[in-house]
Amino acid sequence: MAETNTVIGAHHASFAHQFDDPEQQRQAGALGMWVFLATEVLFFGGLFTAYTIYRLANPEVFAVASNELDLTLGFINTLVLICSSFTMATAVYNAQHGNRKWLIFFLCATVVLGMVFLGIKAVEYAQKFEHHLVPGAHFTIEGTDPNKAQMFFSLYFAMTGLHALHMIIGAGMMIVLIAMAWRNRFSPEYHTPVELGGLYWHFVDIIWIFLFPLLYLLGRSTIGH
Amino acid sequence: MSAITETKVLFPKENYLTSNYGIKSWLLTKDHKRIALLYLASITFFFFIGGFFATVIRLELLTPKGDLVQASTYNKLFTMHGIIMVFFFLIPGIPAVLGNFLVPLMVGARDLAFPRLNLASWYIFSIGGLFVMYSVLSGGIDTGWTFYTPYSSQFSQSSVAAAVVGIFITGFSSILTGLNFIVTIHTMRAPGLTWFRLPLFIWSTYATSMIFILGTPVLAITLAMVALERLAHFGIFDPKYGGDPLLFQHLFWFYSHPAVYIMVLPAMGVVSELVATFSRHKVFGYKFVAFSSVAIAVLGFLVWGHHMFVAGMSVYAALIFSFLSYFVAIPSAVKVFNWTATLYKGSVSYQTPMLYAMGFIGLFVIGGMTGLFVAALGVDIHVTDTYFVVAHFHYIMVGGTVMAYLGGIHYWWPKITGRLYPEGWARLSALIIFVGFNLTFFPQFMLGYLGMPRRYYEYPDEYQVLNVFSTAGASILAVGYVMPLIYLLWSMRYGPIAGPNPWPSTGLEWQTSSPPPTDNFKVPPVVTEEPYQFKPEVRPVG
Amino acid sequence: MSEKIVSMQTYAIIFATLVVFTVITYRVSLIDLGVLNFVVALTIAAIKASLVALFFMHARWSPRVTQLVIASSLFWLFILLSLTLADYIARGPNWTHGLRYPANP
Repeated sequence: MAETNTVIGAHHASFAHQFDDPEQQRQAGALGMWVFLATEVLFFGGLFTAYTIYRLANPEVFAVASNELDLTLGFINTLVLICSSFTMATAVYNAQHGNRKWLIFFLCATVVLGMVFLGIKAVEYAQKFEHHLVPGAHFTIEGTDPNKAQMFFSLYFAMTGLHALHMIIGAGMMIVLIAMAWRNRFSPEYHTPVELGGLYWHFVDIIWIFLFPLLYLLGRSTIGH
Repeated sequence: MSAITETKVLFPKENYLTSNYGIKSWLLTKDHKRIALLYLASITFFFFIGGFFATVIRLELLTPKGDLVQASTYNKLFTMHGIIMVFFFLIPGIPAVLGNFLVPLMVGARDLAFPRLNLASWYIFSIGGLFVMYSVLSGGIDTGWTFYTPYSSQFSQSSVAAAVVGIFITGFSSILTGLNFIVTIHTMRAPGLTWFRLPLFIWSTYATSMIFILGTPVLAITLAMVALERLAHFGIFDPKYGGDPLLFQHLFWFYSHPAVYIMVLPAMGVVSELVATFSRHKVFGYKFVAFSSVAIAVLGFLVWGHHMFVAGMSVYAALIFSFLSYFVAIPSAVKVFNWTATLYKGSVSYQTPMLYAMGFIGLFVIGGMTGLFVAALGVDIHVTDTYFVVAHFHYIMVGGTVMAYLGGIHYWWPKITGRLYPEGWARLSALIIFVGFNLTFFPQFMLGYLGMPRRYYEYPDEYQVLNVFSTAGASILAVGYVMPLIYLLWSMRYGPIAGPNPWPSTGLEWQTSSPPPTDNFKVPPVVTEEPYQFKPEVRPVG
Repeated sequence: MSEKIVSMQTYAIIFATLVVFTVITYRVSLIDLGVLNFVVALTIAAIKASLVALFFMHARWSPRVTQLVIASSLFWLFILLSLTLADYIARGPNWTHGLRYPANP
């Protein structure tokens, strides 16, 4: 490990001029990312509030509408994201230990899992198009009030769409991190971007951890699978 | 050595203004002081655009009939006046100009934590501004700055989408600024600068940043939902799909009420600094003032329903919001008492910044107390949507925030430019502004109480006299605002050289040259004493 | 305060726990427990989110200010939800039967 340190560590005694030392820079970066994630909690929170109100106001309609979602794909996607959080955490671990090859491998694994998630999401969206479940002139649904059911789908597309947008941004971030790692930019002394990228990625996973039960699971038991 | 004697005060040859020349050095700067000046230019521009709309409004209201513009045009005028003044002047105002300039200086740092993010903030702000200007120029928006649904989401034929997208984008500028301030204040304070040695302006800026972070995202997602409803027909607020237009109001005011504290907290921070310096006395009850800033930020999030008393909200919820609204007045009152006590114990001088500070205190008290009137559920049924409310919030935003902003600009002008502004002209314009302001807005309390509705372009004949007074006041106010534009610009070239500490005051920003070097301090400061340690025998300039 | 290095063993245990909880929440949702379905689903989600935040995001070993930021964001979301809900709940017992409007009999 000492060997990797001398190869990689040489670049990173420096830190941005407004800081007094690398540790201050690292702490500032981490705090900055957490503050940003706080804004994201409130950002998604507005949609969660709308969903909560309308779900409580129309429980039966939302249950029927929710059953149109593909539970299996949603379940698989949840596992995919949890795996991606695991690979991301492992990537950070390897950055902390200066293991460049494993760092790159696990960053790639994270991106790949993210792409799998988005691919499955695309399949789900395509299914919705086919079944006329996209809000708009062609929306049709059986078994419940179509207008109120359309509200469920407006929120479904808004919430999962916003989440998917964040996944895409996260994937972009990962690619940048992979490029930086490839160019030897990280070391045990400096790998803050990997840490911060990890925080963002885990957060997007947490959003899905709530989206899955709220959108896919509530009402399953009363109507059936 | 007395500051009045004619010793030659040297202008620092190397400072942040001269470190680099050319437009690229400004547009690609990472220096928080230059970014503050970029913001100063932008928001001054937007202030006068917003002022232009106000001018046309007041001209129309000179006469009872709608004879200057059509009703639909009038709707656009008050909407655009509100949007531009709120989102492009008042909200960024003091934080983006004075905050950006002063926060690193006041904490003894070389720059903010994230300089490039700071520059990005300004570009994001400008891009949002471009979207809104496009909206203005492509026919305008007529929904009111409050964008109530379903008019904004379904029925308005005006340029709503561009406007909400513009405000959505600008919101990120606020968020990034707040983020930068919070991280800087937490992690980059100079050695010895403990939390209770910070200037009160920093406490206010910190509290404001809390609101930026926790409130702005909700506005963003709400405006995004309006855009979705308009563009993709996702009827989230549409009753046809089981939606509730009132949900929009809940989400909108969750941000927009705390937003008014974004507008006033930094102003209060400025006033604390001015009152201390021009009383030559530390602020009475420093800790109370500091904690009051945070209390205002927190309590401000619990009262938003008081904007919805007549909207169809449940009466029981209205009662809760009314009750909570009384609490948020308490920390503001604490601050007013403490400033008053500081003045009482101090040795007061009346330079321009102090005139603005005193104006703030008086006018904020009126504005704040009338806030208590409208917080009372029963009274609000009578005065809501009348000019009473308009007067209430203009007393706070114009009588309060704009005066504090001008006071701060004058106070820190020597630090920013290295030169003194002409005191005589400055005092005159402060007085003109004070007179013009009261003549404009005091009659509006009366008009509102007598029943004149807001957002109407015509009114019954009996309201004309008060409206004429109001418009006359507005013309005086306009003169008062144009004067600083002229003499401040003049002073950048011809003003006397200020020296590092012309007032003189305490605080780290005054321990470095005027203007400061790019890295703020030649020697990184170490703080060993409490704030506001004035030496009473040194008399101020002017 | 310097960076915390968490062991791969810890990460693996948390990962396994998350997978198990995901399976549990999926299976439980298919059984009718009435209002408990909601409670169980949200509680499991909260536990999973906490595990990710505390261990994967290192919140457990983060400075006080970071923990304050996390707590504040959650508390503010709670303010948004609860005071907004207070309006709807206080509109009367029938509000859960659909927000009724004359146009929608």
